Amino acid sequence: MNQALWVAKTGLDAQQTRMTVVSNNLANVNTNGFKRGRVVFEDLIYQNQRQVGGQSSQNTVLPSGLNVGTGVRVVATEQLHTQGSILQTENSLDMAILGRGYFQVLLPDATLGYTRDGAFQQDAQGQIVTASGYPIQPPVTLPPQTQSITIGVDGTVSATLQGQSAPVQVGTIQTVDFVNPVGLQPRGENLYLETVASGTAQPGTPGLNGLGGIQQGALEGSNVNVVEELVNMIETQRAYEMNSKAISTNDQMLQFLNNNI
Amino acid sequence: MDRMAYIAMTGARQTELAQAVTSNNLANISTTGFRADLHGFRSLQVAGEGAPTRHNAIAETYATDFSPGATVMTGRDLDVAIAGQGFLVVQTADGGEAYTRAGDLRTNSAGQLLTAKGDAVLGDSGPIAIPPSTSITIGTDGTVSVQVLGQGPQTLAAVGRLRLVNPPLESLEKSADGLFRRTDGEASPADASVKLTPGALETSNVNVAETLVTMISLARQYELQVKTMTTAEENADAAAGLLRIR
Repeated sequence: MNQALWVAKTGLDAQQTRMTVVSNNLANVNTNGFKRGRVVFEDLIYQNQRQVGGQSSQNTVLPSGLNVGTGVRVVATEQLHTQGSILQTENSLDMAILGRGYFQVLLPDATLGYTRDGAFQQDAQGQIVTASGYPIQPPVTLPPQTQSITIGVDGTVSATLQGQSAPVQVGTIQTVDFVNPVGLQPRGENLYLETVASGTAQPGTPGLNGLGGIQQGALEGSNVNVVEELVNMIETQRAYEMNSKAISTNDQMLQFLNNNI
Repeated sequence: MDRMAYIAMTGARQTELAQAVTSNNLANISTTGFRADLHGFRSLQVAGEGAPTRHNAIAETYATDFSPGATVMTGRDLDVAIAGQGFLVVQTADGGEAYTRAGDLRTNSAGQLLTAKGDAVLGDSGPIAIPPSTSITIGTDGTVSVQVLGQGPQTLAAVGRLRLVNPPLESLEKSADGLFRRTDGEASPADASVKLTPGALETSNVNVAETLVTMISLARQYELQVKTMTTAEENADAAAGLLRIR
């Protein structure tokens, strides 16, 4: 069957995927700690129909060949782990990481997840948990008579208890770093999972050894740039239209063939 | 059998192939660093008995369009666009060298610098490995410097320099994997005149208007070939009509 039709179809598929990624970025423009995605396109294999430089006779060679490309594919949707904007919330359990690092949380299946969403809350036992209820690791539990809590740049959590003037340290928050954060697998719920590509998690103290410090009372917003996404959307739409134009042109060619032969 | 119909058929078939090349350019309109393929037709005399005026058309991709695409600023530290002519050198799975202009680089878990396709990017002295770092800076001459984790900005460490080459364009051929290789088999020395734009990507250089016009023109050409086939059929019909016994 007509090769051009299938080539144009790969173009449509790829642009459709790109539109999905752009839409997902735009949908998460207000998601805490969201890292925007980007599609990476790659040209598919070329079919060498006539080898350039082949012998056209004993003494002559073909000056050019015929290499027909077979279209395009999405090779990756990579997450761009750049810093999002920092919003001051004044909520004492909100934390933003200024620089590298991820909070470590314990998932219900006893594995660890990693997040940059610092909108933490307390559960009924006083444990610091994410908005989905997953406890931070190592766990930090606030005593019942807590009046106010302070989280230091290095993750030290101290609480002022009722009837006491001096604050007591109730735990520390650790962050982890990865050699290749782009290799983390997004899981949803603002969580990332460790993969072979990301390397193993290296826990550390916030603010030391290259890990970003923790700022209490602030949240890291999404790093989606709305203008850029809208421009991407326009470009995707036009590219989609052009590929569908290629399909309709080829369709007309075949139609003409069918009608006239 | 009438040879005219077959010549027209060949023309139509080759037009379809040219249309596939055009569609491939359009499909890769968003592929970073993609270079458009230029197609052309060549006439090839039909050997054998019959009139020597008969020529078949042969479609071929005679060249790649090496004109630069647009540069889009992305701000990502591992994105590079090559300003003007030149190529990045990558090591393919078979150990050979190939050239590309797709500068959306990434690292793997060992810190090795790779292209989006997964081929290792070569520096002046082999593949480049990036240690765990707070920030990565790629200079306009391809020097990669990092601020190593846990150290201050006063200790920027240069970890290598991307090998930028500028081989003669007529010696380059697009391989089946979309990378460029030298047909003369020679190595390309690093060229200091090739400059990078860090934090940017080069788009595909497909000219949309031109490609769409080419596509329409090919479609009309195809219709002409089909028309010739119909004419051949009518001729045969008329000849058969002469012999028909009423």
